[in-house]
Amino acid sequence: MTSTTPLQAVIVGAGPAGIRAAQTLAAHGLRPVLIDEAARGGGQVYRRPPAHFQRPPRALYGSQAARATALHRTLDGLQAQIDYQSDSLVWNAEGGQLDLLHGPTQTTRTLRYGPLIVASGATDRVLPVPGWTLPGVYTLGAAQVALKFQGCAIGRNVVLMGTGPLLYLVACQYARCAGTRVAAVLDTARRADQLAAVPALLAEPAILARGLHCVAWLRAHGVPIHRGIRPVRVQGDARVSAVVWSDGAQQHRLACDAIGLGHGLRSETQLADLLDCRFVWSPAEHAHLPAHDAAGRSSVPGVYLAGDGAGIMGADAAECAGERAALALLADHGRAVDGARARQLERRLGQLRRVGQALARAFPLPADWAAQAPDALLLCRCENITAGQLRACARETGADEMNRLKALTRIGMGRCQGRICALAGAEILAQATGRPVEQVGRLRGQAPIKPIPLHLQTQQVADGTDAAAPPRDE
Amino acid sequence: MSSSSRIIATDVAIVGGGIVGASAALALRRKGVDVLLLEHDLCGARASGVNYGGVRRQGRPLSQLPLAQRAHQIWADLPALIGTDGEYLRSGHFKIARSQADLQALESYQALSRDFDLGLELLSGASLRQRCPWLGSHALGGSLCPQDGQANPRLVSPALARAAQRAGARIHERTPLDEVLHDGRQFLLRSGRHLQVRAPVLLNCAGAWAGALAAQFGEAVPLRSGHPAMAVTEPLPMFLPWSLGVEGGSIYCRQAARGNLVLGGGSGLALDAERARSQRSAIAALAVQAIELLPALRNAHFIRTWSGTEGYLPDHQPVLCQSRRRPGLIHGFGFSGAGFQLGPAVGEVLAELACDGRSSTPIEAFAIERFAAHIPT
Ligand SMILES: Cc1cc2nc3c(=O)[nH]c(=O)nc-3n(C[C@H](O)[C@H](O)[C@H](O)COP(=O)(O)OP(=O)(O)OC[C@H]3O[C@@H](n4cnc5c(N)ncnc54)[C@H](O)[C@@H]3O)c2cc1C
Ligand SMILES: Cc1cc2nc3c(=O)[nH]c(=O)nc-3n(C[C@H](O)[C@H](O)[C@H](O)COP(=O)(O)OP(=O)(O)OC[C@H]3O[C@@H](n4cnc5c(N)ncnc54)[C@H](O)[C@@H]3O)c2cc1C
Repeated sequence: MTSTTPLQAVIVGAGPAGIRAAQTLAAHGLRPVLIDEAARGGGQVYRRPPAHFQRPPRALYGSQAARATALHRTLDGLQAQIDYQSDSLVWNAEGGQLDLLHGPTQTTRTLRYGPLIVASGATDRVLPVPGWTLPGVYTLGAAQVALKFQGCAIGRNVVLMGTGPLLYLVACQYARCAGTRVAAVLDTARRADQLAAVPALLAEPAILARGLHCVAWLRAHGVPIHRGIRPVRVQGDARVSAVVWSDGAQQHRLACDAIGLGHGLRSETQLADLLDCRFVWSPAEHAHLPAHDAAGRSSVPGVYLAGDGAGIMGADAAECAGERAALALLADHGRAVDGARARQLERRLGQLRRVGQALARAFPLPADWAAQAPDALLLCRCENITAGQLRACARETGADEMNRLKALTRIGMGRCQGRICALAGAEILAQATGRPVEQVGRLRGQAPIKPIPLHLQTQQVADGTDAAAPPRDE
Repeated sequence: MSSSSRIIATDVAIVGGGIVGASAALALRRKGVDVLLLEHDLCGARASGVNYGGVRRQGRPLSQLPLAQRAHQIWADLPALIGTDGEYLRSGHFKIARSQADLQALESYQALSRDFDLGLELLSGASLRQRCPWLGSHALGGSLCPQDGQANPRLVSPALARAAQRAGARIHERTPLDEVLHDGRQFLLRSGRHLQVRAPVLLNCAGAWAGALAAQFGEAVPLRSGHPAMAVTEPLPMFLPWSLGVEGGSIYCRQAARGNLVLGGGSGLALDAERARSQRSAIAALAVQAIELLPALRNAHFIRTWSGTEGYLPDHQPVLCQSRRRPGLIHGFGFSGAGFQLGPAVGEVLAELACDGRSSTPIEAFAIERFAAHIPT
């Protein structure tokens, strides 16, 4: 392709990765389309409240306020140079076109793409606990979203439980929040895990300092922090009233009216899957992820991956990865790019990857979770499937792979389509079959990426790719 | 799985662990025959496990009705046979007419199929509205087959293979047949480097992939792959008692035990030889037709779409017969979008052909010779 060919580059996701990608493409004279499901750009970390909300950035984003504001300003400044389509869910990809559902009008249309950058980010990773479906239990991310987006707290006496950097961050944000008390931070990771990660984290003093500061602040404000815990159960009748946890020797009961629960993040990979990207197991992230090179090229020519959707590395890395993927896209399509900048970004991404790996070691998934999960533990809340049902299925049918387990038990068949339950289900299947979790596979992606209304109005009919003579049967 | 390179001998080898191959394995074991089945992936992972789940006789060509009737009897006892109810329900199958011509077609089908005891009941006008308050206004009438119904293919097809295994069939999953030879007396099958099987009889139950095997033994057929598009809604309160079809084709739908509406119609898209998915045009068409047919779906959501790979023959009839070229080779493939209901009976017929050389059910219409033009002489 020559540099005069107009390139219809499309970016999915207006988080840090997508926005930096858009900025980079625009700076090189392209007019990319930037699509985002959310009403306002910023992604998960720099999520913006509705326009008429009047809280200052400092209150919303704390120490990250400057970065948040810079990113928002970048997006606002790009309006004339990009085609920004908010409120638009990409629900399918087929034949060089994306299918978009515009939320407010419930209309769908197709969008042709040339090169495509997938910057679809992440959502919470949850390991269920008995009682986790009681009203008052939220994911850590949801607890934060409530605060950031709507200015609401999930409760007045809140326990934050699970593991990961977000655990402490959300605890600080809640402890600072007027009218809310943080009853405890219950971390399933051990102090030893965290100490062991310190040397690697020293490479990134700012991140380490932010974490240490957060912990010190919590302690100074009397918030109890317990490490190496195991959740036993969430108690309550109509809603959460307490959590029972174990320190290994003893059980403790702690009254609370809400719980934020989470074990880090999981990449949102369905679009990459629909685009037929090759997936590989990432031991560091304990997940099957779309493969990509250092610049973000996926296994499918013309499809680039950036940010948390390609592996959890955090917001700073997402910004670098978005810019790097955009440079790769430009170079692959014959545009001149600054090679030194590209190398600099790759170096920075390399550093941040090591930090990410250190963080993963500092906050590991509890390896004994599946072994300890009682048979009655509900895993799939859409379909009411328990750990015991999965174990029985593995035992009685020999199911040893996630898609077969789904077919036989319905796990992952509900509205969430496995976003919430698939990880826990895989852990249980691995435990039940005595195999490493990577060998039980991953659920196949199928459209729609999220539920779509039947009554969607088609704005633009797809160009006639209808196959001949439809198979006629039932 | 065998890890030695020794040759396993068996009476009957089966290629393909769909509902057809698994049913044949079970039927053979019930006759006491030694049987070994090779399945490329997992049993029931292809068409047999991802289909719509319609278990109907109504609307089939008359030539298929003896086979369908035989299957109907087996389905009645399926829970006992395979150890799960597979959500099989004789819920009724209702074929909708949208025009007077459709109504007449349904009437004449009722007359033509009179000998087969399908119990077809024609509905129209006030009785239609009274019995189907959920039906949109496009429907003029229809034909109900009360004893036809639906089942969950994801459960039934793998369970058939497990039942065959419990009955003593040797089932090798994740074991593709890579090569087959005939030494003049027996077939020699090879999978990878470690598994070899020797058998005097070979059943070709490889679904959409059966053409290569037939061709290798001199019986090329115009088999092509098709990919029916499927979609499912979120669970809804139960309101649809019957499995619905439409005279002349287009959409079909049923409500699963869980409350989800399962819908099919139109064509999917092949990703490669094995994988397929629904395509946007089919999804859009399904959505429009579904709301027309069942206005209650107006506020529902699709939560997933999928497709599968099925073998079609030009006349939409299967190939179910002994090979004319290679004694010992028996074909059972090409069910053209309608083999789920037939599967258990096809298994029995294949077992009869293997043991007795003839079937007690008429299958003349399914002979491979009808494609003689394609078979080089
Ligand atoms: C709930 C939550 C809270 C977090 N809070 C913090 C925090 O406080 N501090 C911190 O450092 N990190 C936080 N993280 C991690 C942080 O999100 C990431 O490191 C960073 O946002 C990654 O940027 P990104 O651009 O890769 O993806 P994201 O910021 O996640 O942005 C992805 C965007 O893509 C959109 N998208 C995804 N799929 C589609 C689709 N199919 N169609 C259309 N749009 C789509 C999403 O709506 C989203 O706007 C949080 C993560 C989550 C999930
Ligand atoms: C989406 C869809 C909807 C349908 N709806 C209905 C319906 O409602 N009602 C109905 O009656 N029918 C329906 N059908 C048709 C029905 O599913 C098929 O006719 C039936 O399942 C065919 O069974 P089979 O065993 O021949 O094929 P399959 O289930 O495809 O089994 C063939 C098997 O052979 C294996 N195989 C292939 N090559 C090799 C090799 N070299 N080595 C080892 N193994 C091999 C494959 O892996 C596969 O498992 C539908 C089909 C589809 C795809």
